[in-house]
Amino acid sequence: MPPVLELRGITKAFPGVLANDHIDFTLEKGEIHALLGENGAGKTTLMNILYGLYTPDEGEILIRGKKVEIHSPGDAIAQGIGMVHQHFMLIPVFTVTENVMLGVESTNYRVFLNRRQAAERVSQISEQYGLRVDPEAYVQDLPVGVRQRVEIIKILYREADILVLDEPTAVLTPQEVKELFAVMRSLVDEGKSIIFITHKLKEVMEIADRITVLRDGRVVGTTKPQETSLSELASMMVGREVILTVDKKPPRLGEVVLEVKDLRVRDDRGDLAVKGVSFDVRAGEILGVAGVQGNGQTELVEALTGLRPVESGEVHILGGDTTHASPRQILEKGVAHVPEDRQGNGLVLSYPLLDNLVLNTYYLPPFADSIIIQERAIIAAAKERVERFDIRTPSIFVTTASLSGGNQQKTIVAREFSRPIRLLIAAQPTRGLDVGSIEYIHERLIEKRDEDTAILLVSPELDEILTLADRIAVMYEGEIVAILPAEEATREELGLLMAGAKRLPETLTTQPREKEAVTEG
Amino acid sequence: MSVAVHRISRAVFQRERAMGLLFALLGLAIIALFGPSAEPGQQATFVLNFGQAGKTTPIPDLVLPVRGTIYLLGLLALFLAGFQLVRAFKATSLILGGIILLSILAFLIWATRGKSFNLTAMLGHMLLRGAPIALGALSGIWCERSAVINIAIEGMMLSGAFTSVVVASITGNLYLGLLAAILTGGILAALLAVLAIRFKVDQIVAGVVINILAAGATSFLTARVLVENQALNASGTFRPIAIPLLSRIPVIGPVFFETNIIIYSMLFLVGVTHIILFYTRWGLRSRAVGEHPLAADTLGINVFRTRYINVIIGGMIAGLGGTYFTLGSAGRFDELMTAGKGFIGLAAMIFGKWTPFGGFASSLIFGFADSLQVKLGILGVNIPYTAEPLPSEILLMAPYLATMIVLAGVVGRAIPPAADGQPYEKQ
Amino acid sequence: MREREPEKRARGVLKALQQVAKETVLGIGGLREALFVPFLAILTALIISGLFIVISEPVVVSAYANFFQSPGYALSVTLTTLSSAYGALFRGSIGDPKEIYRALVTFSQVGDAAPLRYALYPISESLTTSVPYIFAGLAVALGFRCGLFNIGAEGQILIGGLASVWVGYNITGFPWFIHLPLALVVGALAGALWSAIAGYLKAKTGAHEVINTIMMNYLAFRLSDLLLTDPRLMGRPTGTPMTPQILPTAYLPRLLGSPLRFHAGFFMALGVAALVYWFLWKTTLGFEIRTVGANPDAARYAGMSVAKNFVLAMGLSGALAGLAGANEVLGVTHFVGGGFSPGYGFDSIALALLGKSHPLGVVLAALLFGTLRAGAAKMQILGIPIDIIQILQAMIIMFIAAPALVRLIYRLKVEREVTEVVFTRGWGG
Repeated sequence: MPPVLELRGITKAFPGVLANDHIDFTLEKGEIHALLGENGAGKTTLMNILYGLYTPDEGEILIRGKKVEIHSPGDAIAQGIGMVHQHFMLIPVFTVTENVMLGVESTNYRVFLNRRQAAERVSQISEQYGLRVDPEAYVQDLPVGVRQRVEIIKILYREADILVLDEPTAVLTPQEVKELFAVMRSLVDEGKSIIFITHKLKEVMEIADRITVLRDGRVVGTTKPQETSLSELASMMVGREVILTVDKKPPRLGEVVLEVKDLRVRDDRGDLAVKGVSFDVRAGEILGVAGVQGNGQTELVEALTGLRPVESGEVHILGGDTTHASPRQILEKGVAHVPEDRQGNGLVLSYPLLDNLVLNTYYLPPFADSIIIQERAIIAAAKERVERFDIRTPSIFVTTASLSGGNQQKTIVAREFSRPIRLLIAAQPTRGLDVGSIEYIHERLIEKRDEDTAILLVSPELDEILTLADRIAVMYEGEIVAILPAEEATREELGLLMAGAKRLPETLTTQPREKEAVTEG
Repeated sequence: MSVAVHRISRAVFQRERAMGLLFALLGLAIIALFGPSAEPGQQATFVLNFGQAGKTTPIPDLVLPVRGTIYLLGLLALFLAGFQLVRAFKATSLILGGIILLSILAFLIWATRGKSFNLTAMLGHMLLRGAPIALGALSGIWCERSAVINIAIEGMMLSGAFTSVVVASITGNLYLGLLAAILTGGILAALLAVLAIRFKVDQIVAGVVINILAAGATSFLTARVLVENQALNASGTFRPIAIPLLSRIPVIGPVFFETNIIIYSMLFLVGVTHIILFYTRWGLRSRAVGEHPLAADTLGINVFRTRYINVIIGGMIAGLGGTYFTLGSAGRFDELMTAGKGFIGLAAMIFGKWTPFGGFASSLIFGFADSLQVKLGILGVNIPYTAEPLPSEILLMAPYLATMIVLAGVVGRAIPPAADGQPYEKQ
Repeated sequence: MREREPEKRARGVLKALQQVAKETVLGIGGLREALFVPFLAILTALIISGLFIVISEPVVVSAYANFFQSPGYALSVTLTTLSSAYGALFRGSIGDPKEIYRALVTFSQVGDAAPLRYALYPISESLTTSVPYIFAGLAVALGFRCGLFNIGAEGQILIGGLASVWVGYNITGFPWFIHLPLALVVGALAGALWSAIAGYLKAKTGAHEVINTIMMNYLAFRLSDLLLTDPRLMGRPTGTPMTPQILPTAYLPRLLGSPLRFHAGFFMALGVAALVYWFLWKTTLGFEIRTVGANPDAARYAGMSVAKNFVLAMGLSGALAGLAGANEVLGVTHFVGGGFSPGYGFDSIALALLGKSHPLGVVLAALLFGTLRAGAAKMQILGIPIDIIQILQAMIIMFIAAPALVRLIYRLKVEREVTEVVFTRGWGG
């Protein structure tokens, strides 16, 4: 019997990059085939080709042994291919049923929507595969984990038998990952076939039947979990030995730099997103904020940096009240911010690199003399920073948009680390970066910590938090449900905390214990 | 939105109290301006009979004592203001709306003192004046629900107005004029769609292009062709059609059921647009395209096609709106006769939160401001305490001021379709 | 079969045009990128406007009614109409070269300047008309740089003009070196305050400046009607809707002697353009404005106040538009009456886009528009309404905003994608 899906020699070039270079890939019926590779290896490009979002430059696609042309998602759906995208393709203001039926609506007289009929099928699918969801709920009110179930129901509603899951675990707690794997198993048992895209080695070893590793747009090899090991997969993926841990000395705790008391913040829709959060961060330590995305971390960071108004509560930085201070006042207190959305908020992509390197210090000497910009000083500083932070660029005058993601992030780091800072607020500083850049950013963070900077690190990646943080605060639905020392934290416990299944008593959570607080000097 | 929301709320509490004070001042102003300046014992007569219903089923006039009613309204406003001061109520715009309504009522009663005023006729006039605005709002809804900002409604209306007159004058058939206007709107919308969707021109810029083109071309052709050939600029107007029975209901009958085909089409389109948008497959897909085009694309929905069709339908509605000015009222074309109604329609769409009925209701508010200005001009209103007539220019500013106030009060709270204004880039 | 021939010929013409365009414009090398699309945009706009002129000319229409009897006649009538229209445009804006030459000869031999003044009148008019265009174009361009679309320049010009005319006739007893600057400053200030309202509303409530500036145009028109018609406000006692004449102490000096209206405002406009360039690219305030325009979120994250910059940019934009009005009053009209600004504010949108929102580009585009409008005034004598200018503009904006369209028409290959500025950020700001 021919494989359900076969990709032959798929090649796709974007300006400057060969995203896919003659990729061969097969998917057998009833298997979970993992596609492993780090960010930028070409996994998503390959799947977008399969789904008709991109047209390949070369290569062919065979489904059940027959050659097919896929020019649009419509063609892919017709071939029984369904895809859960990394960024959910759901419409927040629609209900679950409306989202699921969109494109294959149940209708009366072919014109009017028949919502009831569709809702019944949604309920039926959700029961059959254990994907609990309320068909009448609006997607914007659902937590991320449930949204993913909606995405899977969407595929099953279209009766797809080739399922592509693109980084489905990135937004889930460890417990939710277990649930997802159970669902995947039951789907395979029903005769469906799954392509599971990820960059997480442990998950691959746990769930995959076969593993294909991609690097720099090429297939490095295909193997099975039984025949390989974590370290072998890691070096296949990155192309060299990977140091999975960061060297870190115990923290030398200094004064309290950031103090937050009973902070309450509203989101854009006017709902409370941060509900009475209290914590502090001392000089020389990294406080990691763990939690599934969308549990108030974004709003917390924006409130601390003055970008979002505080509903109630207090924020003190270096003893001064900054609860209602402007972003500039907070910047000038020595607070650096590496924002979550580096392209949208951290950089002006249309500007030349040098302007972005002084984006928040352009008005200070030596870059300005009263209101007159001192170009020479800016050029000199930019050259020095490009050198010191190893930003790979042909010149400081090229537009920032032309740099790679890693170099863009280095630009932000260079800007923020080049001024005297006492507190660093870093939100998902390594999202979407390749391993080299991740290592670089991690080293810089530890370096800053050892220079007695207080660091608040927000990241949904548990591994990142466990590697870097000295203490870990877990956020769930706008509250900090626990703050615990890193060495006492386990993945299991953090997972339960992130899922809101558990919370630690208040007394344990506020201050680092005295024995840890090694005083300076 | 982000900017606005973030800045305001720090001083929210003080701001709400300050609004309370402002409201109190408005209440006092109602009493001081309109109370003593009316003679004691003067009455205001509001006639409610109008049209067919006025003859067949007449009802008595509404007669109000001026001073008493104004003091009552002023006190009501003060009560609302006091409530605001004590409770620092969050929904200030709601109370503001109430107080503005009270002020307008007080003003109307004061202006009618010792005279009589046909209220039903004014309501009819409100619907009439609101019609082009409502059609503009509907046009905007069709376009923006699929995420194309149409700022060219004004230009589409103007061009529709022009072609309707010329075609109706040449053929002698008003319905052909109507059709010509709809087609003109559709063609300009197609141009907007091509610029916005195919060439990804900034949608506001593309809209401005069409507005300038429409203003230029219609003025050019009027000056060069219509001025010399007046026969081409005399179309006549649609007569009102009374719907049997319904038109005999007092007050409502003459307002809604004894009017011309343009108004009926508008009312019909409000309902139809609502049903299409929320109860049909096309509506669901259009809204999906307006909220998250990539998601719609991944489900096999043709984003570009959906946008083209919706924008063209929107343009046709705007073209229809243009006929209000010509076939619906003037019977001829004058340069720039739409006078900003298309833009006011956009404001009505925003105020109505991108829903057909909301847009319609807001259009009535603008129509009210517009008809008030006309009727008060006829009544001849003085500046209080003087014999000086209130300059007509001040009254003429009312609709534009109302638009700005409404926009300032509501934007930031009304949420547009998520992808509004963004071109869709297919990979 | 019949249609094939003209189509072929059209393609031939297009090819030739392409060739001409390539040889003339592309030869300049570095300037090529910057000038090529605008050049073709203007060319195409002229062709399309010509179409409007032709189809609205009764003689031509009737000639085409008999096209099959005498096709040659129809074509020749078309060409005559076009050449007389565009000929008038040229003579009205640049002048008659022969006449200028003769006048120069007379001047050098006899020393009589009168014929020369007469011959140079068209050029003087073009330059004079470009003055309000430079100011208003800079106004719109500065708004664009901050991501704001100021459609209210027309109203701001009117408000600026009214304010400076008031100073011009009402404040007496000062020497010119106080009176003139005062009138200019008050005009600019009035424009600034007026337009800053739209900036403030955008900053505080998110209300879109496009709608608000348009509404404020209508408000300005009504306000001006009110002021001009009432003798107790700014009208004349006779009841004609116009203000009194300003005092000579507030005049912007005319530089070329009597019938020529070319005045000192032209050089002031060039100076202000240079100042705007310096402000936007060499000062921290300008850096902030440009950053807010390029990415308001990043600007906020970098500690800039987006709200403050919206108000500032809108205010400065209004000040520039106000100066346009002040210059017209003090340099040209010396009073304000009905139809004070014949659309300078609206035209300046096209102009700013044509000049790529760069002060130098704006000055060049303003010279072009001044020339076009002065020439179009001459075309009116031939019965071609001045509204042709608006059609021309719409086409220019369209082709500038969609360079791909120009490339499509002239079958050009894409040289390099230029990142376009996006102004639209929906209604929420």
